[in-house]
Amino acid sequence: MKEGGLDESIHGGTLHERDEDQIKGEGASCGFSTRAHPGVRSSAPAEAQMPMSDPAPRTPCTLIKPGKGLQHLDLGELVSYSDLLYFLIGRNIKVKYKQTVLGGLWAVIQPFFMMVVFTLFFGRLAKIPSDGIPYPLFTYSALIVWVYFAQAVGQSANSIVGDSSLITKVYFPRIIIPLTPVLSGLVDFLVSFVVLVAMMLSFGITPSPTALAIPLLALLMIFTACGTGMILAALNAKYRDIQYTIPFLLQLWMFTSPIVYPASMVPERFRLVYALNPMTGVIEGFRAALLNTGPFPTGMVLVSCAVSVAIFLSGVFYFKQVERYFADVV
Amino acid sequence: MPEPIITISGLSKRYRIGARERTNRTLREALVDAVTAPVRNFRELSKLTKIEREKPQENTIWALKDVSLTVNPGEVVGIVGRNGAGKSTLLKILSRITEPTAGEICLYGRVSSLLEVGTGFHQELTGRENIFLNGAILGMRKAEIEAKFDEIVDFAGIHPFLDTPVKRYSSGMYVRLAFAVAAHLESDILVVDEVLAVGDAAFQKKCLGKMQDISSREGRTVLFVSHNMPAVRKFCQRGILLDGGSVILDAEVNRVANHYLESGVSTTSLATFASSERPGNLSLKIDSLSLKDSGGQEAPLVNISEGLFVEIRYEIVRDGTVPQFSVSLLDAEGMCIFSSLNNREERLYGFPLPRRRYVSTCRIPGDLLNAGRYFVTIAGFTGNWIDGFRIDNILAFDAIDDGVLKGDYHGDYGGCIRPFLEWTTTENNSDCE
Repeated sequence: MKEGGLDESIHGGTLHERDEDQIKGEGASCGFSTRAHPGVRSSAPAEAQMPMSDPAPRTPCTLIKPGKGLQHLDLGELVSYSDLLYFLIGRNIKVKYKQTVLGGLWAVIQPFFMMVVFTLFFGRLAKIPSDGIPYPLFTYSALIVWVYFAQAVGQSANSIVGDSSLITKVYFPRIIIPLTPVLSGLVDFLVSFVVLVAMMLSFGITPSPTALAIPLLALLMIFTACGTGMILAALNAKYRDIQYTIPFLLQLWMFTSPIVYPASMVPERFRLVYALNPMTGVIEGFRAALLNTGPFPTGMVLVSCAVSVAIFLSGVFYFKQVERYFADVV
Repeated sequence: MPEPIITISGLSKRYRIGARERTNRTLREALVDAVTAPVRNFRELSKLTKIEREKPQENTIWALKDVSLTVNPGEVVGIVGRNGAGKSTLLKILSRITEPTAGEICLYGRVSSLLEVGTGFHQELTGRENIFLNGAILGMRKAEIEAKFDEIVDFAGIHPFLDTPVKRYSSGMYVRLAFAVAAHLESDILVVDEVLAVGDAAFQKKCLGKMQDISSREGRTVLFVSHNMPAVRKFCQRGILLDGGSVILDAEVNRVANHYLESGVSTTSLATFASSERPGNLSLKIDSLSLKDSGGQEAPLVNISEGLFVEIRYEIVRDGTVPQFSVSLLDAEGMCIFSSLNNREERLYGFPLPRRRYVSTCRIPGDLLNAGRYFVTIAGFTGNWIDGFRIDNILAFDAIDDGVLKGDYHGDYGGCIRPFLEWTTTENNSDCE
């Protein structure tokens, strides 16, 4: 019995039985079986652990190690990444009003309608004084500063969390991220500023010689937005409570700034204390320079300047201290 | 011996993993919990970034533990390992996205990392704008991007769509453009993570070609993480196997890839028997059994398109024996896939052989097996298929899907075997009329 012998001896009794079972069992879920992924044995010996050799200094070595102590802002590196900042600002500007009907008009709509409502309720009904100039102009000049500031701070504070896909995938100086919205917002500011100038012409108001201080005041505004944005962005990366705090914080801040009312309503002896809010100095300075509301409030502007620089520096400092863990927590 | 371009010493990274969420059973518990939550949450969030090196802490894992290695300029190193082995963490530290908990890396030159294709692409921006934005994000200067612009567009093949927002791109175009930008980075060290997992087969091939160019022609150092073993083998010279955050094996790439694939349930490509324990019968004794790949190397894994050899080395201990063998292949579940006998062998089959040592080889052709683990059972007989003995599951190997048969298909194949069958298509004219 050649055949029988062959069959039996090759497959053997048990093997044969298993065959049939397997065929029946597999029939229903034929094919597409998932097999366990081969694991890696951790007991295998680690091989070829090369001895460390001290590389002779050629080009300077980039050292990556746990950050200890104070971190400093590497300005040289920031400069070498200036093109990135440029393209990110470009991105923000180009993308902002894509697929909108009104486009760039949005830059003006917000302060404009706030001006209309404020004029009606605060100017006409509450009869809040406006340093002798038409209330619409009085409040609009503050609103363009405020709208810029609020948007810059809001976007900056959410920037680290919002751009987490960049932060977890590529290295670049992190400080660029909160800086971008602060700078890209300037375009909207300029647009609404042009409208302010047009309004001044129509109201027949000429700026005072201190208008030369406008760039300085703008810088003060940018510095304050930068510093605040950086602190909030860094905090928000770890504590997401911040994102809920921002609208509320900005609202409080707005009413403590001389937007619907003049700083002259604040008692004289408290003015410098009032100027601890850096937006006070910016807004009052703007009004005095552009709208000729009175003598330039040098004292208030200086106090605001000092606070603004302090906010900016502490923003950079705090941001630098904590940026190393952003990729792990966002 | 060149100076290493990357020196990693004692590198460790510890991550905090989220603590288990508490569950409240009653309303009262829920209220108390809500009131006390801020304090507790604050404590936990604060701990999130405080990772100390020495103290053992709860809810932490070592993503990397005491990794030391050096990479020489121009080396192309493949980093393999299971998910969670620490590969991506290593790359993230190398590209300075996150910093280590301990240890340090010293590296020379510019590192560009490609941890994801299309980082920072903006849907609303055009292809042109995205090339500049993405290039800058990857660390290129504007002038550099301008110089490479045409090359990038050519490589991506998106010329007609340069001024179209990328949200209107097909996913293929999108990925091509993204890779093109990254591939044209000028850097000394290129760090690449699984980017080949995206895109179609042709694109993957193109990417791999470009990366080969980068390493071989431009002599740049490349660290390449992938689960795609054929790509790693093809592209890298050296392999590093990570597991549980440590380097398990640092060696020639094929060894590392093999080790990676075979680990787990072990495969056996060679079984040798001590002379006293040799299986067999009164007429012949088996010396050793082995599996060899198409190149004649002992291999615990084979490409399914290439086939393998089962080699039986034996000694005839009684003059005039006619040796007869069967080779049976069983799948991982133990089902017999097929058997084969040596009786169709032409040269020596059927001849009574003198007492000597012999080798019989059975070739299992390519394009036959499905991907997966197989076991080999060998049986021996003498004379008229009598006096048999059987050695069950003595050898085991992994058949690796090298994708040759799959072609442009990316899904799973079913079945026990995956033969290469012929298909023909002709126009059906008879039905139309």
